[in-house]
Amino acid sequence: MSLIESLPRIRRWRLPRPDGLVPWIVPLAIVLVWQAACVGGLVPARVLPAPTEVASAGWKLLLSGELLRNIWVSFWRAIVGFAIGGSIGFVFGLANGLSQLSNRLTDTTLQMVRNVPHLALIPLVILWFGIDESAKLFLVALGVFFPIYLNTLHGIRTVDPQLIEMGRIYGMSDGELFRRVIFPGALPSIFVGVRFALGIMWLTLIVAETIAASSGLGYMAMQAREFMQIDVVVLSILIYALLGKLADSTSRALERLTLSWHPAFQK
Amino acid sequence: MQEALRFLVPDAEPVDRTDFIERARRLRDAPEASSRRGLPLSIRSLHKSFGANQVLRGVDLQIPAGQFVAIVGRSGCGKSTLLRLIAGLETIDTGSIGFGEATRPADVRVMFQEPRLLPWANVIANVEVGLGARRREADARRRALDALAAVGLADRAADWPGNLSGGQKQRVALARALVSRPRVLALDEPLGALDALTRIEMQSLLEAAWRREGFTALLVTHDVAEAVALADRIVLLEDGAVALDLDVAPPRPRLRGSPEFGRLEETILDRLLGPRRRP
Repeated sequence: MSLIESLPRIRRWRLPRPDGLVPWIVPLAIVLVWQAACVGGLVPARVLPAPTEVASAGWKLLLSGELLRNIWVSFWRAIVGFAIGGSIGFVFGLANGLSQLSNRLTDTTLQMVRNVPHLALIPLVILWFGIDESAKLFLVALGVFFPIYLNTLHGIRTVDPQLIEMGRIYGMSDGELFRRVIFPGALPSIFVGVRFALGIMWLTLIVAETIAASSGLGYMAMQAREFMQIDVVVLSILIYALLGKLADSTSRALERLTLSWHPAFQK
Repeated sequence: MQEALRFLVPDAEPVDRTDFIERARRLRDAPEASSRRGLPLSIRSLHKSFGANQVLRGVDLQIPAGQFVAIVGRSGCGKSTLLRLIAGLETIDTGSIGFGEATRPADVRVMFQEPRLLPWANVIANVEVGLGARRREADARRRALDALAAVGLADRAADWPGNLSGGQKQRVALARALVSRPRVLALDEPLGALDALTRIEMQSLLEAAWRREGFTALLVTHDVAEAVALADRIVLLEDGAVALDLDVAPPRPRLRGSPEFGRLEETILDRLLGPRRRP
């Protein structure tokens, strides 16, 4: 019975959707118009190279191994920075959401720090860490920390108190109450924080890499600017867009997986 | 010797495994089932205030085991507070509530006006919550399914609560309250938010469960007709004290619209609204 009940959901999930390509129509059209404009001479190559030129620049970099190495370096920095900042933000969000004492102790401080734009710390961070890996990781972690902290805290604060009361009546221990009621209740909000944080993660990383780095996508773009390789600059920008989309899709997939109970994710 | 054995074996009753499990289960449940009677409640001069607001001013109530008591009153008369005190959701200022003997936490269950189902757990998992600490036992799933079948929702076990109607959600909440076989069930206007037809359906479901399980039921309601239809006894609270304590005589199942029914409803409504103010 439970199998039959869940069949339609599985089938809907597995079916290759014919309209799956619809979101890509607009990006594809933009690239086509761009190509036409370049070929037709509307846009001079020094302002904007044609997509084919960008692609061939990408191919060359791919063959030399430079492209993949830089993408990998940036990707690693993003993931590690996100993991560090995200976990600290999550832990503070939990602590301050669950404990009044912890909240009174740390929230004011965190709110003050939050209002300092973290990219304003770049000069200081360079002085502290040089242009080492730790500088980039520090900035990414700091940038990612706040959206995750705020949304975890908000999620836990807004868990339906009636459900918590119900859990207590039915004899749930503190750990069980957290696992079965508080955490799942806070999860939608935590995911909002994760998606915000992913955007900030790329932004921070690219800025940090263009200012102080000797590898990575941002560094590659800055080097290309020095040598007037505008096709490589455009290539880097396109890769940012694709990486951003990838991060967003990943978090969406996670949302669909864990929030299948939510009416908003059942379509 | 061997021949004797061969002779004996066909005679021996083969052990039917499924039957054996079933019998073992009955044996295990049996002592529970025989003591499966409600708990008596004795409430003595119960006081409760929230700040300066005195909600209960000395409630005295003796409820025999297994009785179905409806508590009616205008809003703010303290009926929900009384129920929350019995359920242990608030602390008592002065006075006492006794349950006759040592109670396990699972002996008193509450059903609220809202179903309060976990939206991220499917229906069957929500019912299992009602088993309390016993939800980790091997037969938790079977007990939850039984409880779900008793409210007629066995086929929705795998669904999310979000896909159920209001009445179905409240039936799941009833299954969750009953799955641990409580000895006292406190109901805080559980049918208040349902439409009239669903409410009548739920009333008979509730009555059937009460007759089957024999728990002591305390139903807080603002619907006098509902109180008359279900309860053995109707207690009217006014200004935080018992103002009227009526036994309801009509035999079950009760027929709506009988004259006896009407008279009883009249008496209570008169008292609630004041005879002069009734049109």
